[in-house]
Amino acid sequence: MKSADETRRVADGIRRRVTAFTLKNGGGYLSQACSSAEILATLYTRVMNLGPSVAPPVPPPFGGVPGKNPDYTTGAGYNGPHRPELDRFFISPVHYALVLYATLVETGRMAEEGLAMFNQDGGTVEMIGAEHSPGHELMAGSLGQALSQVVGIALGRRRKGETGRNFVFMSDGEFMIGQTWEAMETLSFYELDSVIAYVDANGQSADGKIDEVMGIEPLKERLEAFGAVAVEVDGHDVEALAAAAETPHEGRPLVVIARTNPYCGVEVLSERAPKFHYIRFTGPEEKEALERFYAEKWGGQK
Amino acid sequence: MKLETQVHQKNLVRWAANKPEVVVFSADLTSSTEVRLFAETYPDRFYSFGMTEQNMMSAAGGMAREGFTPWVHTFAVFLYRRALDQVQMSIAYPNLPVRIVGFLPGITTPGGATHQAIEDVAIMRAVPNMTVLETGDAADVESVLDVAQAVEGPVYIRMLRGQIPRLFTTPMQLGRARRLRRGSDVTLFTAGITTEEAMRATQVLERRGVSIEHLHVTTHKPFTDPAVLEAASRPKYGVITFENHTTVGGLGTEVAEVMAEHGVGKKLVRLGIPDTYAHGGSRPYLMRHYGLDALALVRAVERLVGEDLKIGEDDLAAVRVEPVHGDFKAEAL
Repeated sequence: MKSADETRRVADGIRRRVTAFTLKNGGGYLSQACSSAEILATLYTRVMNLGPSVAPPVPPPFGGVPGKNPDYTTGAGYNGPHRPELDRFFISPVHYALVLYATLVETGRMAEEGLAMFNQDGGTVEMIGAEHSPGHELMAGSLGQALSQVVGIALGRRRKGETGRNFVFMSDGEFMIGQTWEAMETLSFYELDSVIAYVDANGQSADGKIDEVMGIEPLKERLEAFGAVAVEVDGHDVEALAAAAETPHEGRPLVVIARTNPYCGVEVLSERAPKFHYIRFTGPEEKEALERFYAEKWGGQK
Repeated sequence: MKLETQVHQKNLVRWAANKPEVVVFSADLTSSTEVRLFAETYPDRFYSFGMTEQNMMSAAGGMAREGFTPWVHTFAVFLYRRALDQVQMSIAYPNLPVRIVGFLPGITTPGGATHQAIEDVAIMRAVPNMTVLETGDAADVESVLDVAQAVEGPVYIRMLRGQIPRLFTTPMQLGRARRLRRGSDVTLFTAGITTEEAMRATQVLERRGVSIEHLHVTTHKPFTDPAVLEAASRPKYGVITFENHTTVGGLGTEVAEVMAEHGVGKKLVRLGIPDTYAHGGSRPYLMRHYGLDALALVRAVERLVGEDLKIGEDDLAAVRVEPVHGDFKAEAL
């Protein structure tokens, strides 16, 4: 396990890289980096037992889809080998793909050149990640399907006697979805305590503030009613995030609700409230403001 | 002809005995899909998912990623209608070996529109990586297990339950239609329960001088059997497809595509549920009402050959259907 300071450095690097990309591309999923940087940094540096990457540091080009296709590649190898005793990581809201790519760079699992391939035609480092994208293992872009897929993976791993845990990164918006609750009741029914979900509860979805889009609270009580052990933590506190994984949950899935702020670390974004889902500059002033913020916080280099 | 009951129920237990990789998923329809005996015999390999079809399909994809082959059982409508996105993204895109066993094809249930899978072949055929199979008798229901298990990717099976006829003495083969009759006036393609009806009609039609080539289709996708093209190219009057499915996107469309692509200039008559939802009722009533019985086929043949063959219900009722040896080899090849 890395020190808390090292984890904070990784989180800061994630924000810096995603901010630079947003400036370069004229827009991006920046608030997701602001809210989830500490969650992903903590999972990768302090919580999960993954083993080193077994994928090429520079991601391969798109080799086609699965099927009768020898050129197909999976992005799972960036999270280490599949071994019985090792943990696995699954990202559910793959709109966070850029945040995950930045995490892989900051943790030495992907080369910096990989990040430069983001959203380039013919590449695998796609804007909304697919299972060939670095750090991805599942098709999860149709939200709410990853947790159910992990139900099957956890049942399969149990049949094989594997001891590794299965970590799922989720967004709070996915708790609007019926399938998420079907998966949760199934995890409880089969007592799948190998499954640990970290939820970026930033209160945001595509239309804006979740509580104006659909009611999902009180999330902790709802999860407990479905048989999960649920804990709420400050999602920007790396010590609290790491400690949450140790919450006793024998025979039950564990859900860590990480309460986060969609502009944490890039405070200049707060003026956009209440819409943060996809940052698209409304005019040159807004872009200049973010450029100034970047220069003041991280210096001139992007 | 012999009617048999609970063919899948008994066969699956025998078949899976030495296949530890086979697990069965059920969505609160365990008895209704004939997997109760499997659940009792191999409780460790049986997974109840309750009425969570979307969750169940995604979980099947997950389990398949770990090296198992989930055989997912429920009514077809709840698989391809309710959980189509999950079938596509959690199973079909990754080309995972999930066997999707859909019961109550077409009008085989009195359960009405909510339970009748009338467009499942059309929808599943449109899913990349998906193999689509259909069973028409006890031999098909038994042998489809080996056929499906040998496929690398996902398979959708239109399955029969309860009392079913044994029409064939040989096993189903992937991508091979069963030839039941050779003839030169009309070529007839059937699948599923329409095959038995057609076998009733063709005997009477032959006696009235209409020579019929009859193929029973069990593989809807890939639809590449050279015997289909060969048979569709030869009839004097034209081709008839006869299916327990709407006339859009199923067997009729499959045959039409083959004929068009090869420039076969024959008339094609597509018999099936005429692009409508059905309603609840007995099978004989529904088959008559939606034009899926032997009499509907006879009338279509009469229109195609331009002759009143003077065949009535009594003539068809008197026919005995005997099991046949499915002829897999197209003679022209």
